[in-house]
Amino acid sequence: MAPSPVNILLVGVAALLGIGIYGLMVSHNLIKLVIALQILVKSALLGVISAGFVRDEIQLAQSLALTVIVADTIVAVIGIALAVQVRRRIGTLDVRDLSKLKG
Amino acid sequence: MERTTAYVVLILAALPCALQTIRTKRLLVSALWLAGLSALLSILIYDLGAKHVAVIELSVGAGLVTVLFVFAINVAGDQELKVRDIVPIPIAAGFVLIGALLLIRFIVPMEPPLRTSHPESFVETLWQQRGLDMLVQIVLVFSGVLGLLGILAEAKAPLEGAATEEVAAERDRDLEALAQQTTAATERHSKQKIETF
Repeated sequence: MAPSPVNILLVGVAALLGIGIYGLMVSHNLIKLVIALQILVKSALLGVISAGFVRDEIQLAQSLALTVIVADTIVAVIGIALAVQVRRRIGTLDVRDLSKLKG
Repeated sequence: MERTTAYVVLILAALPCALQTIRTKRLLVSALWLAGLSALLSILIYDLGAKHVAVIELSVGAGLVTVLFVFAINVAGDQELKVRDIVPIPIAAGFVLIGALLLIRFIVPMEPPLRTSHPESFVETLWQQRGLDMLVQIVLVFSGVLGLLGILAEAKAPLEGAATEEVAAERDRDLEALAQQTTAATERHSKQKIETF
C-alpha cells in the first residue's frame, strides 16, 4: 500500500524537527543557533498546515500559520540583533565565552 | 498518486537543505541553504491549499529573513569556530534520530482526511474568528521593532558625576570653547588690520 500524502508530510515534519533540534545541540555560533531555531519553526509551520489539510480546515490553519510566521520573524530579528551586540561588546559569537562572564 | 510523488520529491529535496544549513561551516552559505529550504516548503504549503501563507512564507522566510541574516553576518563577521563541540556529534545525532523515529512511530499512519467543515474564505476566518491573533501580531511587531531599536542603539559613555553637574560642565566647556574661538578670531582680524595699515 502506498503511503498517503499526509503520512509523508508527517515524516517530513518529524525529520525537520529532528534536524532543528540537532542544530541547536551542536552549534555554538549565536547566528547559527538562530538559523537552527528557524528550521525548527519551519517544521512547526508545516505541521500546522498539514493538520489543517487533514481536518479540511485549511483556512484556520492558514491564520494560525500567519501568527507563527510573524512570531518567528520577530524572534529572528531580536536574536540577530542580540548576536550583533554580543559581537560588538565581547568580540566573539561563541556561546561558551558568554557563560564565562561574571558580574 | 501524483500528489504523493510530488510531496516525496519536495520533502526529499527539503531535508538535505536543512541538513546542509546545519552542517555548513560558513554562515553565509548556511543562510542561503535556509532560504532554499524556505522556498521548497512554500511550494509544499501552496500545494496543500494554503496559498496566502505560502506567499508570505516565500517573501518573509526566503526574502526578508535571509536579507537580515546576510546583514548580520556582514556586521558580525563570518567567524569560524574550530573547537570541541558542546555535545559530541554522535550522541546528539543518535538522540535526535531516536526522538524523530519515536515521533514518527506515534503519529504515522494517520487516519484518512476527515471532512468536517465547510470551506470558508481566508479573510473571513482571519478577521472574524482569529481577530485576537491579529491584535497579538500587531503588538508583537511593535514590540519587536522597539526591542530592535533598543538593542541596536549605540551606547553612550557613562556619566561621571550627577546628571545636572554633567550638563553644567558641558555647557561651561562649550562656552569656554566659544570664547576661545571668538578671541582667536578677533586677534586674527586685528592682525590683518595692522598688516593692511
